[in-house]
Parts: sequence; C-alpha cells; structure tokens
Amino acid sequence: MATEASTDAAPAPTEPSAVARSLKDAVLAGLLALGLFLPLIGFQTVTNMRNELVLETRWPLLATIVATIIAGRFVYTLFVYPWLAARAVRPASLRYRLDTKTDEKRITWKTWATLLAAGFVAAYPAMVMVIGGGQGALKWIDNFGIQILIYVMLGWGLNIVVGLAGLLDLGYVAFYAVGAYSYALLAKTFGFSFWLLLPLAGILASFWGLLLGFPVLRLRGDYLAIVTLAFGEIIRMVLINWVPVTNGYAGISGIPRPTFFGLPFNASDEGFAAYFGLEFSPIHRTIFLYYVILALALLTAYVTVRLRRLPVGRAWEALREDEIACRSLGINTTNTKLTAFAIGAMFGGFAGAFFAARQGFISPESFTFMESAIIVAIVVLGGMGSQIGVAIAAVVMIGGTEIMRDLDFLKAIFGSGFDPTQYRMLLFGLAMVLIMIWRPRGLIATRSPSVFLKTRKEVSGSLVREGHG
Amino acid sequence: MSAAAHSDAVLQVEHLSMRFGGLVAVNDLSFQAREGEITALIGPNGAGKTTVFNCITGFYKPSQGRIALRHGTPEAWADLDALTQSDSRFRRGADGALFLLERMPDYQVTQKARVARTFQNIRMFPGMTVLENLMVAQHNALMLASGFSLLGLFGIASYRRAEEGAIDKARYWLERTALLDRADDPAGDLPYGAQRRLEIARAMCTDPVLLCLDEPAAGLNARESAELNELLRAIRAEHGTSILLIEHDMTVVMEISDHVIVLDYGEKISDGTPREVRDDQKVVAAYLGVEDDEVEEVEAEVGL
Repeated sequence: MATEASTDAAPAPTEPSAVARSLKDAVLAGLLALGLFLPLIGFQTVTNMRNELVLETRWPLLATIVATIIAGRFVYTLFVYPWLAARAVRPASLRYRLDTKTDEKRITWKTWATLLAAGFVAAYPAMVMVIGGGQGALKWIDNFGIQILIYVMLGWGLNIVVGLAGLLDLGYVAFYAVGAYSYALLAKTFGFSFWLLLPLAGILASFWGLLLGFPVLRLRGDYLAIVTLAFGEIIRMVLINWVPVTNGYAGISGIPRPTFFGLPFNASDEGFAAYFGLEFSPIHRTIFLYYVILALALLTAYVTVRLRRLPVGRAWEALREDEIACRSLGINTTNTKLTAFAIGAMFGGFAGAFFAARQGFISPESFTFMESAIIVAIVVLGGMGSQIGVAIAAVVMIGGTEIMRDLDFLKAIFGSGFDPTQYRMLLFGLAMVLIMIWRPRGLIATRSPSVFLKTRKEVSGSLVREGHG
Repeated sequence: MSAAAHSDAVLQVEHLSMRFGGLVAVNDLSFQAREGEITALIGPNGAGKTTVFNCITGFYKPSQGRIALRHGTPEAWADLDALTQSDSRFRRGADGALFLLERMPDYQVTQKARVARTFQNIRMFPGMTVLENLMVAQHNALMLASGFSLLGLFGIASYRRAEEGAIDKARYWLERTALLDRADDPAGDLPYGAQRRLEIARAMCTDPVLLCLDEPAAGLNARESAELNELLRAIRAEHGTSILLIEHDMTVVMEISDHVIVLDYGEKISDGTPREVRDDQKVVAAYLGVEDDEVEEVEAEVGL
C-alpha cells in the first residue's frame, strides 16, 4: 500500500523502492542500536580468579540484539507501518461498528467467563496437583497462586483509594507492613491466633490509614503523591531503626504459622495430617493458605462491589469526578476521603497479616517503595476502578515475573550467564509503555454504573476523570 | 432588627463584606430574599455576584456580615439576635429553624440549612450516569438509611426501600427536566443545555429551601431559556422553593424574577421589582459604564 501511495504521489523514476527504503531505515536503526548497546552490552567487567577487574566482551549477544533490531525495524517499516497507516484512514464506521448486539448476549458471555474463571481459581490447587504432583505443585501453588492472589488483593484494596476515590497513594505498602508487623509482633508476644489477629491487623492498618489521611486532606495531585510516598518510607525507616521492637534489618523470624482451626500443620499426632488420617506433607498448609488468601481477596472484591453501590461508594466516585460539586451537594469530603484511606488500608493490613503468616519471616526488605510502585502499576495497568482489570494485571505482572524464573531454555540462546529474572524490570517498563500506547486508560477502561433505570450502559473511560487528589 | 422587619424573608444578608487582600469584592451589602419568590442578583461583570453566592453557600468565609436563613414560619426570626450572641451555628425551635450561614462550612450549608447551588461553569460528575449524579445528591439521606454503610453492606431491607425512594425522586426530577431518556447515559455525554438542566435537577434532589443558581441561562438558546423559565416557575409554584439567581440574560431576569438586586463594584445600587430596576438611572449607568450625570448624553448617543 505504501508502494502505491508513494508511486502515486511521486511518479519520478528515481524514487527508491519500498524495500530499499525500509532497508536503509533498518540499517540506520541498527547503527543507532550498535552505538547505544556497544558500551551497555558489548562490554562487561568481571572479577577474575585473582580478584582483578577485567574487561570482557560480549560480541555474540551484541550482534544478536543489533540483528534483531535491524530485522524488526525492517519488518515494521515495510509491513506494519503501512498496515497501520491504512487502518487509520479507514472510515470510522468500519472500526467502531454501532453496537447492535443485545445487552443480553454480552451478559451471557460475561457470565460464562466469570464462571470459568471462578472454577479455575477454585480448582487450581487440585489441577496443579494432578499435573505437577508433589514438589512441583508446591511451587506452583505458592509462587503463582498465593503470590498472585496477594497482589490481586493489594490491587483491589488500593483500587478503593486510587481507582474509586481518585487519591493517588504511593505509600500503600506502609499498610501492608503495618498489617504484617502487627501480626508478627502480637502473635509472637502474646500468642494470639491468626484468626483473631487478622481483623486486629486490619483495624491497626486502617488506623494508620486515618493517620495518613488527616495531614493529606488538603493536598492534591502531585503533592498528595509525594506525601504518601514519604509516609511509606517513614514506616519503613521506623521498622528499620526501632530495633528493640522490630529487630531492624534482621527482621522477625519464627512467626507462628496459621493453624487449621486449631490443628497445626505439622507431623505431630495432633497435626492436621494425623487428624484427617493423611500422610504428612507440607503441601497441606500451602493449599490451606491458598484458600485463605483466595477468601480474603474475594472478601475485598465483594466489599468493594457492595460499597460502590452504597452512598459512600458513590461519594468516592463523585469525589474523584469533582470535589467542589460534592461539597455543594452536602457531602462531607473530609469523612469521605478518610473512609477511603481507612478501608483501603484495612485490606492492605489483612494482606500484610496473611503475608507474615505465610512467610514466617518478615523484614523491612519486603516493604520497599518498589512494592508500592508495583501495586500502583497493577491498578493503573488494570484500569483504575476496574476489579477485573486489576486482577488480570496482577496475574500478568506477578505471574509474568515468576515465569521468568523458569525460562531456562533462554540460557541455551543467550549463553549460560543469562538470567531472565534480571530483565524483569525491563519487561515491566516495556509492558507499561505498551499499555500506555494502546490502552491509555488501562486494560479495562470502561466504568460500570452503580445504578440504572432501564439499561446498564458502560461509561467510556474517556469521560471518567482520574481524580486530582 | 425586629421579627416583623424580616417578615417573609427566607434569606437575610446584612452588611456582608468580602475582601481578598486589598481588593474589596463585596462591600457592606444587605438584602433579603423573600420566601417563595425568585430573587435575581444582577450587575456588570466583576460586580461581585458570584462572590456573594460563594459567601452564602459557605465556599467563602465572609470578612464581615451576617447571613441568616430560616426554615418554617416567619416567627423563627425572633431568635436571630439570641443565636448571633451564642456560639452555635443554628438553632431549631417550635416555629422552625434559623441558620447562620457564615458560620457553617460549605457542605453543612447544603446538608443542614438546605441551600443548594449550581455553578457558573457547570460542575457535574461527567463519568457517572445522569441517574448516578442525582443519587449522589441524595447522599446524606441515603447515608443515614444505610446506617453509615454498615447496614447497607448487608443489604438490609430498609436501605433498599430508601434507595428505591431515592431513585423515584431522581426519576421525578429527570421527568421535570426532560432528561428521563438520558438517565443511563454518562453526564459528560449530554449537550450543554441538558447539562445545565441536570445541574438544576441535581440541586433540587437535595430538597433545598433556597436554590441558588449561578447564571443558569448562560449558553442557552432562546427556546432553551424559555424552557428554563418554565422550570423555575414550576419549582417556585409547586415546591415552594425560594430561588436566588445570578443572570446576565435580561429577558430571563425580567420575565421570571419577583425582585431584583443590582450590584456594581461590590455595592448594591438598586433593589426593587424588575420594572423599578429597569427604570433606575443608576442601573443604566452601571451597565453602560458611565457616571450618573453622563447617562442622558450617552443614551442619546446610542439612541436609547
């Protein structure tokens, strides 16, 4: 198509062919890449046996990357770009056909997808057991199932603050930390059970949520983000420096593990396995934890869905849309913001308590700003305010990271020194950039109204405001 | 002032001044808005009309002055001085209630004193549907019914009934403002005129005693402003809501208002019926931007 266009526009015989132009463009891109990656990838300093720093070269890797870039650029300019250009000039009516499908059809599709997803999540441990068996299943349930669900829950919790109330909170991990340390310290000191401490951790975290809420009530946008970020760091610094209580960098170990309603998961005669006449296996606890976090995550989702349809949820969304209009309607915006902070923090606290119980060991290392950034990224990538979008984003981001640990075959291509997990952040950033290009409002950008008269029409993301603090 | 002097006033503004640093936006303004009437506040651009609105609705704290609002019968005014002496913001009695709006934060002015307002540049919730906009307006009533969310979380029956009642009320106002067909559309998708009507419907959903409209006819065409006149008259007649409006469209002001107050440079220059105000030389001078004694000269020049 590009060829046609160019020959139409300039019929001069000197016009180079599309292939030649693409080739030239690709070589230029290759040269640029070579210049850029030569110092970054071409050279490497390593410590040798005599503890000296020596310069090593990585020509094959550099060549592979440059060649990939040349090939990619060539394909892009020759095929993809003309195709995109042609697509852009196609009449809008073809791209966005009027939605004549009935609502019901879409609803059945959605219902089926939900049922399928619910079934998959519920049966996941059993499926993994059948496929992987024993040791393999342990890894899949723990690293994938539990890890992803923790982040789904954190994403849903933060979604209340960021997605619904429109208050950008970059210090959410602080509440996660408060929950984790509350459980760890209270369980170790007083020996309270997990089920008692779980709500207590939530209450303590929401108390800290209120404490953060008060000073930031008047702040908006960037200023709010900075203060919440600082709050997260303050909590972490306290955990590091208050050694008598938190044991500083060393963290707290030997945190009591949750029991199955009083039955510990151990090989003793009073243990879970003995009581049910099973052979002891560490996987019992893992499966139990999987269902605990699943229940907690579903609780978060359920409460959020219910709250959205209550006046307080509508007030959160109204606050995100226009704070002044809210006040003119008699809504106490102070209370509304504080409830958002407190409830969001509460779910963070639940997740933290669970995290401590699952790990058995916590240290300030687990509550760095990076964690906050990941949770915010999950909410933003998922589509602010969308529960399903957040869940998908958590699966992709956390699951993706975990999968990278297993891509050993890449070593065969890039050499034995290649560690795919090191490229995690690179892919993380790449995913962000791609999402920003294709779906600037997140994976699921539409907003579902909380109440309707005749038909529930999704609200386009372009109308929904992001909030301003 | 004695109770008789206020008689049928619903809103009583006395010696209101608002200064921003060195700038005096409103200077010693006193006026009344009478119950069941449409009171118009007019004046050239920058006269301080919106500042007065912001003082009444609690968005600004006035530098000086008293803004009192009454519910119930005129006898309620008897408590005014006692209330002013006290530290409280409002007082409820057998005859009704009295509120000192200058002491209340913005949201309480709507929640407790039941003064609703609209904005010069429309402020709605664009990403929420038209119906949701009206549901947000009934926040306080629904919040109470939902037991501050705790009972509502468990889907208690009394909350469901309250919510249905709220939807019915929203439906009523959607019908009145001819927005019923668009109830499930996002508010941001509505055309300009419909957004103006939505803002009025939303304000009415808070059950106001006094409705403050900041330039409701701005940007409306002739047919739309005729419809607006109808709507405002109906609100006054059927709901007994007193209306205070700022307006530049003189056809709207002259047609529907019972009482007009003219501001210029933050001071009241005229106060009376639309006819009286129209014939006031000072008003003409203010609008033409000349001194009083030059009015005749200028009028001759422009052919009035």
